[in-house]
Amino acid sequence: MSEDALSGLRPNVAPLPRLGFTMQLQKVGLNATLLSGLVLLGIVMVAAAAAPLLTPYDPIAQSLGDAFQPPFSPDHVLGTDNFGRDIWSRIVYSARLDLQIALISVLFPFVFGGLVGIATGYVGGRLETLFMRIVDVLMAFPFFVLVVAIMSILGPGLINLYIAVGIVGWVPYARLTRGETMAARNLEYVQAARTIGCTTTRIMLRHILPNVIAPAMVYVFTGMVLAIVTGATLSFLGLGPQPPTPEWGAMIAAGRQFLMNGWWMTALPGVALLIVGVALSLIGDGLADRR
Amino acid sequence: MGRASYIRKRLFLMVFVLFGVTILIFSMVHFLPGDPAAVLLGERATVENTAILREQLGLNRPLFEQYWLFVSGLVRGQMGTSLVFKQPVNELVLSRVPISIGLAVYAMGIAAVVTLVFGLLAAVNKGRWLDQLIRIVFMFVLTTPSFWFGILLILVLALGLKWFPVAGFGATFQEHIWYLFLPAITLALQLSAVLIRNLRSQVIHTMGSDFARTARAKGLPERLVLLRHVLRNAVLSTVTIFGLQFGFLMGGTLVIETVFAVPGMGQLLFTSITSRDYPVVQAITVVSAVLVIIVNLIVDISYSFLDPRVTYE
Repeated sequence: MSEDALSGLRPNVAPLPRLGFTMQLQKVGLNATLLSGLVLLGIVMVAAAAAPLLTPYDPIAQSLGDAFQPPFSPDHVLGTDNFGRDIWSRIVYSARLDLQIALISVLFPFVFGGLVGIATGYVGGRLETLFMRIVDVLMAFPFFVLVVAIMSILGPGLINLYIAVGIVGWVPYARLTRGETMAARNLEYVQAARTIGCTTTRIMLRHILPNVIAPAMVYVFTGMVLAIVTGATLSFLGLGPQPPTPEWGAMIAAGRQFLMNGWWMTALPGVALLIVGVALSLIGDGLADRR
Repeated sequence: MGRASYIRKRLFLMVFVLFGVTILIFSMVHFLPGDPAAVLLGERATVENTAILREQLGLNRPLFEQYWLFVSGLVRGQMGTSLVFKQPVNELVLSRVPISIGLAVYAMGIAAVVTLVFGLLAAVNKGRWLDQLIRIVFMFVLTTPSFWFGILLILVLALGLKWFPVAGFGATFQEHIWYLFLPAITLALQLSAVLIRNLRSQVIHTMGSDFARTARAKGLPERLVLLRHVLRNAVLSTVTIFGLQFGFLMGGTLVIETVFAVPGMGQLLFTSITSRDYPVVQAITVVSAVLVIIVNLIVDISYSFLDPRVTYE
């Protein structure tokens, strides 16, 4: 029996429109920007986690006889540096450190800034005035200069980097949640909570917090980009993790004196940095579009 | 509130913020873990040596007295003596301030041009491929670490094509412009990446407004509607962002100076950190904070000149 013979028997109803790919994404709360960012970041995270499986060489093992191999050499896919260390291995191992910097550098600012923002936005009064003055002062400094100045006193190193970024970095989170909290302060659900006698702490943490935290969570990804670039810059300037630890910023710095005979030493770690930065930016933009 | 009383109020606030800035910088040295004297001595830090140096630096005096000395020194323009150069810090720092400001202003000039061109192009071509291209390119620019981008420019444009000098500063004004072009464009591209987004959305928003429709209805060519009517109104919020970004520009300037060996504050800052010359670090931190405060004040005041409708409340 041919198709044509059957067609007359079918009820003449237009088929349901098939959802396009983008619409299917939107149904699960994703958009193209967010998805591409998540995929990109996922790849980097898997690579970082599986570093020993993906890298044929020890990232800090020197082999002076193999120095300055260009990319796509038979044994070293991204070439070697001035100590003959495999650049691919160093870049992949460094991803562990740089992702850790991104994560830890936003953790304290997010938690502390968020709590300060809710407390000052809800309670108001003297607390808020004091807070606004502190913010005014911190905002007067160029972010990077203040971080560097703090690190000059603490000394170089990863822990001190976290401390310095933590002291300076909570301000945007606090401002974001404070603004949201002030808008939510007199909404019905907060009044209701107050009427049934919830304590101030309970209202702030159980009622207001879940409703005001979203903008700060979106900002986390912008903060991570900032943290990764700040961390790499500090380590470029010799204030970060100390050699021979592989770190992208430090690798770029080390390659600077060999620009003429080993451009890949400088160029390639920057590409890695760029990929992570773009992934995080895409996630941040995608989340912001969703709201 | 009139403009004059607004300025007076802002100046009063500025004094307050400056007070806070000195408190913060002062407490940084005194309350953060890590004894500057011990850090300064490094491996030579025996108990006796540290005690002697603390005495010399005045670290053993009462806190209040130390703060008073610090602030009264600042007011008189004395910021101590460099531990490395054995030279008054203010001479050392102030001679470099114009170079850093010059570089920052140069970058701002380029950024303004780039922002106007690409912001308008993106807005006019909203949703088309050119808009998408500009969005993607500048997203990459925004996430690129400036020091790395600067090195790539050196690699390609200075070492490879030999169009620009690799590093340095030059002697005459023309040479300054020439030598500082690569560092300035590095800073400018990042700055405009932020500004283009803002200008694009503002222009798109303003193009839908009543006065733009009126201008079109009376038969003005689209180009004039855009440049005379829309742009003037759209640019105001971009100027605000410009002011807010100055802090980032300042930080970026200091870093990029080390990449291109520009003898400004940045270069001094990072050699001072390596040599643990903390009076110099303190002074540069103060100076850059003061610069940010002044620029933000200028931006706030300039609104009323850009847009006569702005009133201060």
